[in-house]
Amino acid sequence: MKSIGKYFIFLGVTFTNHGSFSTYYKLFIDECVQIGLSSIVIVSIVSAFIGAVTTIQTAYNLVSPLIPRYVIAQVVRDMTILELAPSITAIVFAGKVGSNIASELGTMRITEQIDALEVMGINSASYLVLPKILATFVMYPLLVILAAFLSIFGGYWAGIVSGVISPADYIYGIKFELIEFTVTFAMIKSFVFAFLISSISSYKGYFTSGGALEVGKASTSAVTNSVIAVLCADYLLAQLFLN
Amino acid sequence: MIRIENISKSFGNKVILNNISGVFRRGITNMIIGASGTGKSVLIKCMVGLVEPDEGYVYYGDRDFTHADRAGRIEIRREIGMLFQGGALFDSKNVEENVKFPLDQLTDMPEDEKLDRVNFVLERVDLTGVNKKMPAELSGGMKKRVGIARAIVNSSKYLFCDEPNSGLDPVTSIRIDNLIKEITEEYNITTIVVSHDMNSVMEIGEYVMFMYEGRKIWEGSKENIMEAVEEELNDFIFANKMMQIVREKSSL
Ligand SMILES: Nc1ncnc2c1ncn2[C@@H]1O[C@H](COP(=O)(O)OP(=O)(O)OP(=O)(O)O)[C@@H](O)[C@H]1O
Ligand SMILES: [Mg+2]
Repeated sequence: MKSIGKYFIFLGVTFTNHGSFSTYYKLFIDECVQIGLSSIVIVSIVSAFIGAVTTIQTAYNLVSPLIPRYVIAQVVRDMTILELAPSITAIVFAGKVGSNIASELGTMRITEQIDALEVMGINSASYLVLPKILATFVMYPLLVILAAFLSIFGGYWAGIVSGVISPADYIYGIKFELIEFTVTFAMIKSFVFAFLISSISSYKGYFTSGGALEVGKASTSAVTNSVIAVLCADYLLAQLFLN
Repeated sequence: MIRIENISKSFGNKVILNNISGVFRRGITNMIIGASGTGKSVLIKCMVGLVEPDEGYVYYGDRDFTHADRAGRIEIRREIGMLFQGGALFDSKNVEENVKFPLDQLTDMPEDEKLDRVNFVLERVDLTGVNKKMPAELSGGMKKRVGIARAIVNSSKYLFCDEPNSGLDPVTSIRIDNLIKEITEEYNITTIVVSHDMNSVMEIGEYVMFMYEGRKIWEGSKENIMEAVEEELNDFIFANKMMQIVREKSSL
């Protein structure tokens, strides 16, 4: 409970008292590049495979000859957009970017770099954390879109290679009765997850105390706490929007 | 001038600082000395507001820092330069960017003027031609000197140095000590050096505050420290074999 209060105070400090726009713009761009580069490969690999696996498993479960084959593609599409792309990306992203953020800030804390910023009269929380949160806000939805595309493509590839579905059926299924709200909902989720992962990881890193061992612990707990928060938010958002 | 009045601080129920007062004058090197763990670092962190004292006041000139609001504190902090015990260089930035950082953040200087200033202070601390090196590529003594350069680049009026020469060889130590003393006199600033090295004290200690288990036991200067009668201080001074020999020789 106490740490939740501290988390909100931390966010308050982060979003107030910040410095000039030009400083932040440069930091923001740097963070975008770093976040994008560090996660794009792993997100791509994971999502392509998830799409492939989903296709084959769905085909395996649809044994009835009454159900047309294109339904496989439809299932893959909806599962990917609604759940797999935002959530699996979140877990991968927390493991990669969240732990990076926590260990970077943790190291800065224990080597007194954060203190050095404070003594210069700079709001260290906002200087260090705000660009990270904003950059995640921009990059994460892009990664989710990429993940959704690659996942559907992975499904296509696996379906063709294994022969469970023909290309024509797959493409027909992908386009069949697409509800636009699923895409909107995926984007809403992306923004929420992006905020949770970046702010929780920053919080864990920023308040590290001790030595190198604690930096390791902070980075692990950044990942576990972000993942738990993301899963809770996932459930709550589903309750809120899909009822 | 920096004045502290009745500073006390506890962590949990462990008393770290117990009612410490003192005046650190301008233009001389003030030293805070004492054994490891007596609270020297905590005391200077209280002075710059990285740690909030439980009781007491810190004044910069006649400005009350302890009760200043955020804006008031930032105004005072912009006049402070600090060398941290571990250097605290930003390890994602190279030497030049580290030293330039306070200018980037706190002034509107044009870029070429900033670079001139950076090169000037780097030269002042005897570091030339390392502008593009990363902190990880520097030796311990070089890191300290970059730290000093960063602390003075923005023409600070107050300079805090936490153990500027710990972990350095005796020759480099003396060079850094003298560098701090020269800078203090040249720019007429208020300097506070934390140390547990008697060599430094005898080299540059114009005002010396001796701390023992969170209390101020003695204050004076390098000229009269040898005559001090306090047992804790004598144990500290003469813990060193060299100093013991000096004492024996001089009492013959
Ligand atoms: N944030 C903190 N929380 C709890 N205890 C602390 C904290 N910071 C310092 N202490 C304790 O305060 C005491 C004094 O520490 P301090 O760092 O001031 O010692 P020091 O005199 O600077 O020693 P050294 O010469 O080794 O640097 C130590 O016992 C330390 O454990
Ligand atoms: Mg110390």
